[in-house]
Amino acid sequence: MSYEEILTRYEPVIGLETHVELGTATKMFCGCKTDFGAEPNTQVCPVCLALPGALPVMNRAAIEATIRIGLALNCDIAEWCRMARKNYFYPDMPKNFQTSQYDEPLCVDGYVDVEVDGVTHRIGIERVHIEEDTGKTLHVGGATGRIHGATESLVDYNRAGIPLVEIVTKPVPGLGGLAPEIAKAYVAELRDIIRSLGVSDVRMEQGSMRCDVNTSLNRPGEEWGTRTETKNVNSLRSVERAVRSEIIRQSGILDGGGKIHQETRHFHEDRGDTSPGRSKETATDYRYFPEPDLVPIAPDAAWVASLKAALPEKPSTRRARLREEWGISELDMQSVANAGAVEIIEETIAAGASPAGARKWWMGELARRANELNIELAAVGATPAQVAALQKLVDEGKLNDKLARTVLEGVVAGEGDPAEVMAARGLEVVNDTGALTAAVDEAIAANPDIAAKIRDGKIAAAGALVGAVMKTTRGQADAKTVRELLLERLGVS
Amino acid sequence: MTDLTRLSASDLAKLISTGEVSAVEVATAHLDRIAAVDDRVHAFLHVDRAGALEAAAAVDRGEITGPLAGVPIAVKDVVTTKGVPTTAASKILEGWKPPYDATIVERLKKAGMPILGKTNMDEFAMGSSTEYSAYGPTNNPWDLGRIPGGSGGGSAAALAAYEAPLAIGTDTGGSIRQPGAVTGTVGAKPTYGGTSRYGLIAFSSSLDTPGPCARTVEDTALLHAVIAGHDPRDSTSIPQPVPDVVAAARLGATGDLTGVRLGIVKEFAGDGSEPGVTAAFQESLQKLVKLGAEVVEVSCPHFEYALPAYYLIAPSECSSNLARFDGVRYGLRAGDDGNRSLEEVMSLTREAGFGPEVKRRIIIGTYALSSGYYDAYYGQAQKVRTLITRDFQSAFEKVDVLVSPTTPFVAFPFGSRTSDPYQMYLADLFTIPTNLYGGPAISVPCGLSEGLPVGFQIMAPTLADDRMYRVAAALESAVGTFTPPAL
Amino acid sequence: MAAISREEVAHLARLSRLAVTEEELDRFAGQLDVILQSVARVGEVAAEDIPPTSHSVPLTNVYREDVPTTSLTQDAALSGAPDAYESRFRVPRILDEED
Ligand SMILES: [Mg+2]
Ligand SMILES: [Zn+2]
Repeated sequence: MSYEEILTRYEPVIGLETHVELGTATKMFCGCKTDFGAEPNTQVCPVCLALPGALPVMNRAAIEATIRIGLALNCDIAEWCRMARKNYFYPDMPKNFQTSQYDEPLCVDGYVDVEVDGVTHRIGIERVHIEEDTGKTLHVGGATGRIHGATESLVDYNRAGIPLVEIVTKPVPGLGGLAPEIAKAYVAELRDIIRSLGVSDVRMEQGSMRCDVNTSLNRPGEEWGTRTETKNVNSLRSVERAVRSEIIRQSGILDGGGKIHQETRHFHEDRGDTSPGRSKETATDYRYFPEPDLVPIAPDAAWVASLKAALPEKPSTRRARLREEWGISELDMQSVANAGAVEIIEETIAAGASPAGARKWWMGELARRANELNIELAAVGATPAQVAALQKLVDEGKLNDKLARTVLEGVVAGEGDPAEVMAARGLEVVNDTGALTAAVDEAIAANPDIAAKIRDGKIAAAGALVGAVMKTTRGQADAKTVRELLLERLGVS
Repeated sequence: MTDLTRLSASDLAKLISTGEVSAVEVATAHLDRIAAVDDRVHAFLHVDRAGALEAAAAVDRGEITGPLAGVPIAVKDVVTTKGVPTTAASKILEGWKPPYDATIVERLKKAGMPILGKTNMDEFAMGSSTEYSAYGPTNNPWDLGRIPGGSGGGSAAALAAYEAPLAIGTDTGGSIRQPGAVTGTVGAKPTYGGTSRYGLIAFSSSLDTPGPCARTVEDTALLHAVIAGHDPRDSTSIPQPVPDVVAAARLGATGDLTGVRLGIVKEFAGDGSEPGVTAAFQESLQKLVKLGAEVVEVSCPHFEYALPAYYLIAPSECSSNLARFDGVRYGLRAGDDGNRSLEEVMSLTREAGFGPEVKRRIIIGTYALSSGYYDAYYGQAQKVRTLITRDFQSAFEKVDVLVSPTTPFVAFPFGSRTSDPYQMYLADLFTIPTNLYGGPAISVPCGLSEGLPVGFQIMAPTLADDRMYRVAAALESAVGTFTPPAL
Repeated sequence: MAAISREEVAHLARLSRLAVTEEELDRFAGQLDVILQSVARVGEVAAEDIPPTSHSVPLTNVYREDVPTTSLTQDAALSGAPDAYESRFRVPRILDEED
């Protein structure tokens, strides 16, 4: 049965819970650093290891970041709220409770506008709250490093206590068959908004942004169905696939007269479908209560107003403006945004490059390199100023495309600015006609047969001699100039 | 030569500062006393002879000075001491050596006070008799067959047995004051937030308050001044200057209470206090009147719900606070035979590591926080807490301090209240309201009943710790101090 | 009427990760029943409009600045561990589902 056909009989309702790890210098409740990839258990202290007697103190920057996210999502900021303890035992959670928020979230009742195919959909935001991350567990002894079949596990608490913001949407009905795409577009928009605030690197592949997707189906006119919660959907593409596969799976069960169980499910990137996890009926009672070790949060109205006034331009507004300025399509703009390259291209243009030139390097060579190394574009080793300088050299004809790539390699390798790399490596387009003429004459002399053919009018054969000249000049000649010179010397121009 | 262990902290400090005795001599005298009597008293779980002597030597070298420099102290085993075993009297932490000092321990060290060792207590500070220590009870120096109170029975007994001139206690529902009362020593619970909880192994976070214990009111105030004050590592620590409790104690010692209004709580009358306790309290009250104080009866109608509210709030918070003892990062691990799952090992560890009272409270707390019961139990208890606070506030509009016996009964024989946990809870009937409110309170010896000490409790408004010291010192000057029979 | 049954105590013990014995279950059920009946008295107080007190100090907005402080050394962090391997805390196998 086709997906389209399912949507004639069922209406999906979706909801998304997104966790964003904040990019603060220190953890939520202690001064331990948050550097990614540190040696295990080196960024821990009595507080984040939950040693007996240790007490938490809230990170002001994390509270501020949460409020800014709330404001950017059009939320109301609570005048007074508390942290709460969420009690359950799990070895990656040192206190065996998570310090989180329960019925008093810091931000409530906002929305995000998401555009798909030229239509704007408003996704309601139920709440934005602050909590803490868990440690990382390595499962050993099993076949696949997964928990299933493992004989023991090893825990590193470096990540335990890193501030985590949870953003929960209201249930979103009425999207029909577009639900998967809109879910994906929502997450992308959320990511762009948070990135624009500079409070997180929001990298789904590194886990600094993680999504849980709720899906239910109901027949038209009937009450909403039982929902399932698909956990840890770790890419934009997976968000879309997870919703779609749940719609298909649930419709199959409902068609067969079955019931949907309220449960968590796990999305499998490889297979593109979900499998059952924990059943909610047997879920533990979290025994939430106000965290007695922390005092209430009561953001000052003037502070909130100043944070609101200082919010950056909305990514959607900004994208529309830049798209206009750069003269590119919505699709191209979307790929620039997806690559996280908006700011860096903007800076490169500000440094003097043409929009097309700036986009070419960052979306081409440099994006490829960043992908290969799994790093941010900004960390790739070239600055906007260097890329602008490189493009200028091309525009001035001092570098051809091939040479420019070589120069860029040098820049990325830390050999200096493009001009310095050019000088050090002796890379420059040879436009000196004297030197070129000598090289052309040499090529003619070395290939008399080909030269004869060209003189006889077989112009197509010129390519071979141009190639020979390029070879002797190590690519530094401008091929077009060589060709013109060659034909001139052979008297056929 | 004088027996150094019989001197007050204030006298010891003077002798050390004038060079008449060395800090090492003072520490040695107390360590020797511990060696001589502690097999009978069992106030200490761990004695740090080397550490104490080293700290004393630093004072003698002139490296540290201050009002209590060189005066040794005993620290309740629920407070972390870097590199020195800290167990909270529980099997689950047997042998654990914290990698950090509690803030109050840092302050003791900075003040040049040698730490003699760690004192016995009810496991995780849950109890009123020290019978719930996993390492055996402490015996009351007044009668070795009786309880020294709890949970801080070790600290109080160490003072009464002249093993230490000063001690640190913690008070969640009376754990400083009630042991003080039944051992004839002084114990003060400061205003909640007035002393840092950082490094105090949590029992009930919203109630736990570390405080000073001593044999005299002035000594208690001197220690109070050393440990109190804002700590940025404790979010609930009050960022305000500490009232001058030492000056207040010295003022009170002059014996003038003219114009001071003492409130007696109507609802405490007829609450099952032993006749001897009531008699000693009333007699002392008359002595305070002679010093110029006025007695006013006040009504605190919600005090009768303090005990039930406390026994919901404290267990609820403890059920969560004690979740971290799971055999993963520190402490005991039991049942890990290579086949069992982590869940089984955690459960076996906690089963083996916690004693019965701790388990009872964890279970009650888990129950009171459950979604179906939260509103009726924990939520309701917190509302009652508000009402009790209002009772205190309206009482303090009429009186300067409230006074009562510290505990309804004198030291009871071992085993007489362990079979019925609720009978044990009654020991804290008069001390608990203050913990729910957050204000300061102190217990001062005021007399004997059948040869055993009776405590007099003075409760003051939050942040008015100085006020209770003034009344306490005046009382002390009127009734004198009480010396237990020789061990 | 009993405030709490033996089965309920068993359930609470499981939630609290306490592998209580049968003997303890019997004993606790009785004792907890007495305690709960006594503490249930808080319900007698009419308190519908009374705000709950979670903190006795009237403080709000206590924060630290986002400035790193010294962490424990790896050795100190692992010093109390019942079992450690390759600088991590080692635990027995975890059941497939979180509870
Ligand atoms: Mg969450
Ligand atoms: Zn930390």
